[in-house]
Amino acid sequence: MFAALVIVFREVLEAGLIIGVVLAASRGVHGRNGAVFLGVVGGIAASIVVAAFAAQISNAFDGRGQELFSAAVLIVAVMMLAWHVVWMAEHAREMTRDLKKLGSDVAAGAQSLMALSLAVGLAVMREGSEVVLFMTGIVMQGNDTAMSLLTGSGLGLLLGAAASAVLYLSLAALPLKRLFSVTGILVTLVAAGLAASAVKDLSNAGLLNVFDGPLWDTSWLLSQSSWLGRVLHVLVGYMDRPTGMELLAYAGTVLTIFGLAYARREPPKAAAQASLRS
Amino acid sequence: MRRNHVEPRAARRGAYAVHALFAVTLIATACPTLATTVGAAEENVVEISIKDHKFEPAEIKIPADQAIKIAVKNLDPTAEEVESGDLGFEKIIAGNSDAIIRLKPQKPGTYLFYGEYHTDTALGHFVVE
Repeated sequence: MFAALVIVFREVLEAGLIIGVVLAASRGVHGRNGAVFLGVVGGIAASIVVAAFAAQISNAFDGRGQELFSAAVLIVAVMMLAWHVVWMAEHAREMTRDLKKLGSDVAAGAQSLMALSLAVGLAVMREGSEVVLFMTGIVMQGNDTAMSLLTGSGLGLLLGAAASAVLYLSLAALPLKRLFSVTGILVTLVAAGLAASAVKDLSNAGLLNVFDGPLWDTSWLLSQSSWLGRVLHVLVGYMDRPTGMELLAYAGTVLTIFGLAYARREPPKAAAQASLRS
Repeated sequence: MRRNHVEPRAARRGAYAVHALFAVTLIATACPTLATTVGAAEENVVEISIKDHKFEPAEIKIPADQAIKIAVKNLDPTAEEVESGDLGFEKIIAGNSDAIIRLKPQKPGTYLFYGEYHTDTALGHFVVE
């Protein structure tokens, strides 16, 4: 039972941390709860489909299918999160000023929500498919231990959700102005970590052979498979044996997002004028 | 307020453009390596099977500095996730299915791998020499 608890807790945590960050990052955006909920539900449905087709996906492209699928999912998630950060950079000041309405930007807000919804859905699908496959195995084995394994899984699910809630509540306790800059950085680092993971998948598919040797090994200091290592891997993209290409993808994502957000930010002067007018 | 009508659309186009550029750069880096990989000589194949949540064989000797293709056969009816922190791979294999794991050339040493869903019994290692 404990083994099942640990496995399910781990997968739920890996998705839940991203959901927690996304929820905190979108505080004040109208309809954000519905969007995130839709993402979670859609992600669960998608994870069942992916689990059902696991063998077909895996065998595609001469056995590279799983890596290619994972890389594609990750790259889309990176773009969705990047879009959100840039959007928030444009609108954060406005939202801090007036949480009650976004004025003429409700439409743009809705599209930013779609991006978040998709990012959440993809995260849930990725981790969820592993949970579905694991639990299908338990149910199939259908003996006495199945009950205790299912209980363990249920507890793992609850604990994972609770831990993610702790992250969300800690972030949500921040004052609004601080919240947007902190979550902006966090979402950027999450995206950078996902980009590095995409590169790792492409490398494992045998499609990326440049700069693919590990540059350093800090697994003695903090292993990526330890609990703290996993949490940091999800939240800031910590890698204990990163390759040159993974680091390039990480740095490139951070620079691209920060660059775009800086270029698109609402100038303080315009914000001040707008608040004088309203 | 009218200015804000225009800005978000322009920002989206800008964001798309930069991300498209980023993706193209990544793919462009991959293409020359893809060409060499696909045209590469036949890969060394090693076979591992999973039975009763155990790897057979559990210890595999492979030559150093050579890319290896591992053909995993899952003979159990339940799924397993074969993972290695040392070698940096994660592969989910459905019940009664096969999967392929590709290893980059490795330096001599011992590299552990395990089945994430059954870490008590599914343990193995590569001895690279």
